Amino acid sequence: MSIDLIHFTPYQALTGGAIIGLAVSVLILFQGKIAGISGILYHLLQPSAVNLRWRAAFLLGLLLSPFIWRLFAALPIIEVNTNTTLLILSGALVGLGTVLGNGCTSGHGICGIARFSKRSIVATCLFMVSGFLTVYIVRHIVGV
Amino acid sequence: MSSKHSAILAPLFSLLSGLLFGVGLIYAGMSNPAKVLAFLDIAGNWDPSLAFVMAGALAVSVAAFYLAKKRRETFLNTPIDLPSTSVIDRRLVIGSIIFGVGWGIAGICPGPALVLVGAGNDKGFVFFIAMLIGFAMFELISKRKGD
Repeated sequence: MSIDLIHFTPYQALTGGAIIGLAVSVLILFQGKIAGISGILYHLLQPSAVNLRWRAAFLLGLLLSPFIWRLFAALPIIEVNTNTTLLILSGALVGLGTVLGNGCTSGHGICGIARFSKRSIVATCLFMVSGFLTVYIVRHIVGV
Repeated sequence: MSSKHSAILAPLFSLLSGLLFGVGLIYAGMSNPAKVLAFLDIAGNWDPSLAFVMAGALAVSVAAFYLAKKRRETFLNTPIDLPSTSVIDRRLVIGSIIFGVGWGIAGICPGPALVLVGAGNDKGFVFFIAMLIGFAMFELISKRKGD
């Protein structure tokens, strides 16, 4: 292992993280809901969707964030170097996995750990390790 | 605060929360899947930024959830929903592992996927549609199992 000191951005990462923490705080303290993005999206798409309004409002905010950003500055570079076939596979696995596991990086990784939920701590450790192993296999064994 | 007021105000706070979440992701560099993959590549040229994003987010949200547990209701006097399940079952384990594999392939998770769609990124859109297919796959599996 070597640390990429050129691309490592500790201050932006901490500040951006704190803004995400603020977002999560606003949702729990004013709307009374957990900011778990996979769950919010999944439940919004259910035919019997309840609490439609707050879910739609939250996702709308997320979708609009790049527009708001562009009012003040250029968006930072977005690099997706994955080919379309793998991208589709990846998306499908993320969709299936987050519904099965009841959460993703936001719901388990931030909200769950923040309230010291054992379930979320286990889930986060598992998807982190599984992510590390996948990148290791894809980059260093298969060599895509 | 009357319930009429909170019914109007609460969705505005949800909108604000979504906006802040997206801006935080962009500012932190997490709307760039290549940077997320650089975090997951511990054997390569490792970029620890994502761990700092989580630390920053946790520092703020731990306080918020502490307050939420104590208050039991929002500042708009509506109830706070906190999950009550604590069982670590096979579904949680398998689901989280599958999610990690998907995340490790492209470096995209649901939050950044929505930001990429909002930014008009083609590949983000493809990922998003595939994610909805993943949701549908779950529906098929759970229907077949009869739960």
